[in-house]
Amino acid sequence: MTTPVILDCRNVWKLYGAQADTFLNTNANPSTADLEAANLIGAVRAVNVQIRKGEIFVIMGLSGSGKSTLVRCMSRLVESTAGEIRFEGKDLLSASEEELIQIRRKKMGMVFQQFALLPHLTVLENAAFPLDVQGVDKTTREARAREVVELVGLKGREGYFPRELSGGQQQRVGIARSLAAEPEIWFLDEPFSALDPLIRREMQDEFLRLQNILHKTIVFITHDFDEAIRLADRIAVMKDGIIEQVATPEELVLHPATDYVAEFTRHVSRAKVIRAASVMEPLNGGSFAGEVAHDAVIEAIADPVEASDLPHKVMEDGEPVGQISRKAVVDVLVGRR
Amino acid sequence: MIARAARSGWLFWGSLFAATWLLSTYSFQLYKALDARWIVRYPKAWEMPLEDHISAFLDWLVESAGFYFFSFRDLTRAISALIEAPYQVLRNLLVEGFSSGVGDAAVQIAPALSWIAVIVTIMAIGHYARDWFLSVLVGACFLYLAVFGQWESAMVTLASVLISVPIGVVGGLFLGILAYRVSWFERMLRPVLDLMQTVPVFAYLVPILILFGFGPVAALVATVIYAMPPMVRITIVALNSVPTEVIEAGRMAGCRNRQMMWKVLVPSAVPTLMVGVNQVIMLTLNMVIIASMIGAGGLGFDVLSSLRRLDIGGGIEAGLGIVVMAIALDRASQAFAERSARHPLDGNLLQRHPWSGTVFLVIASTLILGQFVPAVQTYPDTLTITTGPFWSNTMEWINVNFFDTFEAIKTVILQWLLLPVKKFFAGIPWAWGIIATALIAWRVGGWKIGLLAALLMTFIAASGLWPKAMVTIYLCGVSVLIATIIGIPLGIWAAESPRAGRVILGLMDTLQTLPSFVYLIPVVMLFRVGDFSAMIAVILYALAPAVRYAAHGLKEVPPPLIEAGLMSGCTKRQLLWRIKLPLATPHLFLGLNQTIMLALSMLVITALVGTRDLGQEVYIALTKANAGQGIVAGLSVAFIAIITDRIINALAAGQRERLGV
Repeated sequence: MTTPVILDCRNVWKLYGAQADTFLNTNANPSTADLEAANLIGAVRAVNVQIRKGEIFVIMGLSGSGKSTLVRCMSRLVESTAGEIRFEGKDLLSASEEELIQIRRKKMGMVFQQFALLPHLTVLENAAFPLDVQGVDKTTREARAREVVELVGLKGREGYFPRELSGGQQQRVGIARSLAAEPEIWFLDEPFSALDPLIRREMQDEFLRLQNILHKTIVFITHDFDEAIRLADRIAVMKDGIIEQVATPEELVLHPATDYVAEFTRHVSRAKVIRAASVMEPLNGGSFAGEVAHDAVIEAIADPVEASDLPHKVMEDGEPVGQISRKAVVDVLVGRR
Repeated sequence: MIARAARSGWLFWGSLFAATWLLSTYSFQLYKALDARWIVRYPKAWEMPLEDHISAFLDWLVESAGFYFFSFRDLTRAISALIEAPYQVLRNLLVEGFSSGVGDAAVQIAPALSWIAVIVTIMAIGHYARDWFLSVLVGACFLYLAVFGQWESAMVTLASVLISVPIGVVGGLFLGILAYRVSWFERMLRPVLDLMQTVPVFAYLVPILILFGFGPVAALVATVIYAMPPMVRITIVALNSVPTEVIEAGRMAGCRNRQMMWKVLVPSAVPTLMVGVNQVIMLTLNMVIIASMIGAGGLGFDVLSSLRRLDIGGGIEAGLGIVVMAIALDRASQAFAERSARHPLDGNLLQRHPWSGTVFLVIASTLILGQFVPAVQTYPDTLTITTGPFWSNTMEWINVNFFDTFEAIKTVILQWLLLPVKKFFAGIPWAWGIIATALIAWRVGGWKIGLLAALLMTFIAASGLWPKAMVTIYLCGVSVLIATIIGIPLGIWAAESPRAGRVILGLMDTLQTLPSFVYLIPVVMLFRVGDFSAMIAVILYALAPAVRYAAHGLKEVPPPLIEAGLMSGCTKRQLLWRIKLPLATPHLFLGLNQTIMLALSMLVITALVGTRDLGQEVYIALTKANAGQGIVAGLSVAFIAIITDRIINALAAGQRERLGV
């Protein structure tokens, strides 16, 4: 965990209401009751998160939990009421309008829930839009747009208008557009929520495929806990503007910090989350049926481990760090732990 | 006591009406008994001299107002020149042809566009906007103008439209953008727009005449002022309804303010903006016709002069010309509003631009051919068909054979409806009129609207226009009543039977595109001048919204409720009366509101056929070029409109709240 922090939010607040701007000056850390008494809505409250380079950071919460507001504070689409946000070490909140435009042009990309494509532009022109705004000449920007359109699998549809595409295809255009300027950090605001379940699944796979190629730093918003678990390196669970817990999917399932988080994790299929290293036993020097990786999820290794009488060796960096037996796998599969 | 009476609705309305009726019937006796003449007539000594102030202000503006380097008159002259120049070019292009030199020394350089070239151009536009069907329709409309000898007037009208529409659209767009960006500007603009849409057009014709002089420029200025407000409104609405996410996408792409406006907001709003353009075109056409009175010329002038000559055939012919042109312009601009971006064509220059190419070729070839074959340049007079005599004969035949019938209908309605109502309204003492209006407004919409109503009605009384205002209210009231009685059943029919609906709503669409002026023509021919003719014209003009909103309201009733009704065993009639109509009442109120607004705007125009209401006051002001008189009377009409608008909107809002929709 030595990768550098790229986006650092410290004690970020966003209040809505009549005296939203002055309220925190007199009352540094108001409770839910305080806010209610002052007729304020706390969309984001005392949020501390550090987004590390190259990770997929998922913010999960139900509607009204403030997750969309938080991601808009991070991109300064919404001005925070209080707190500090540092992007690549520089204070984002004190950046001038001009600096902000430059940051957004070069370093940030964003994908929206309702796609937010421009209806009068073709697929290619939509993808080239951020470059057009930067004043990149037509040949260069169209060449780059062709690359990203091909990357998201829409080659051959460059000349289509958004209304001629399905929802999934439209979101591919949204993804292509957000990648055109090669951003450092990639915000995705519920990108797949407006899609049918089957398409959603396909788009999640597509997203993981892209990330394997691109290795972006990603902030991904969702209200779907399964989606969060599928995609995330780390998850922040949000409720009423407060972050309840930030952890890897596995930690979240094994050690939920609050009842609220536990409520979500209760029905999660644990074999998809728990990794071999979490359920392994110390090596006892006996013989083994085979080897498994320490970070493999149980679901992936269940078949061979369960089929053999002998335990499997758990390997990390070429070294055996423990062993895993049939019983441990079955325990996870039937939910005993 | 009052509070309790106010609570029970029945008692309130009953006693209000009874009091009004008593005071109206016995006001004269009351005045005699108390020897208080102020009861029936607003005292002259209390009148505000607002008229004179406005006139004096305008005189000062024209005569001596100045900025540091130039006088106000220089400013209006500069604006005139700015409008005149492109207008003259368009007239040359469409009507007169280009020439150098003046008077006898004039040498023609190039003729105007030939009739063939104009028709091909408009067909190209039609095809570009939608398809061959539209192309043929608009082509046929313009061919009609050529064949029936309306070409030259129509082209003058078209030139006025072509110059006013871009000014109106661009001006409206920029004002709308400014209002979108700057919130205090929007707050300031809103009441001005309200007022501009309700003040009758004649009212601002007068100051414009004084500032710009009689002639086409004054007409164009008036047209632009009249046609711009809807564009401003639609621009504000269109920009505000661009989805937040699209705006955020623009910001995340790093748009600057200007890029945001021109690359994101305006292009996204284009479909809605095109609806505004359609409105500007139709209002412009409407106004260009009316503005022929102050020197715009064209089709409107033909109608007006034939009416003055009592040339029935000529009037109908020119009127039909206006109708045809309105249909062509409306359909074409509507098609543009519905048109979405298309894929560019491949191939060489001509293949990529088939229509521009064709149009260019036709213009060039008719230009050359026209030198040798005059029929190519100008539609030959010998081939024009005139329907004038036919219409004259038809009208004569109708008048000879049905004169008694029409006269009987007219007399009955006058005797039993118009006169009693007129007497009722004319009898109401002004002071009670103000109080009653305020009470109604207070009861329906709360004390703020009540106060507003009292103030506005007092303004009318204090301007010495009370009697004429009452005539306006009576004529408007009767017309609206009849329009509603005819319109709502038609609307119900249209909603219940899809086939009838297509015909009825299609007819209403067409009725609404016709310039208001056109309605006067047949009415005057059949019934001559007077209140009755005015009423018929107003009903025809104001019918459309009553029908449309009724049909729309019935169609909007949620299907589950209808299913619930059916499953409870409602008959068709019960379904209509117990479920659909009650739920449609908010829409019916909105339709009523629109009907009243249209009726008021039409009433002013019916002053041309001799009513004695506020419209006449405005019209007199126009003929005397008395700006103060015109504006005060115009404001009075606007105030009546504003009061009814607020009251009915409050009614509709209350109804919506009760229904929880």
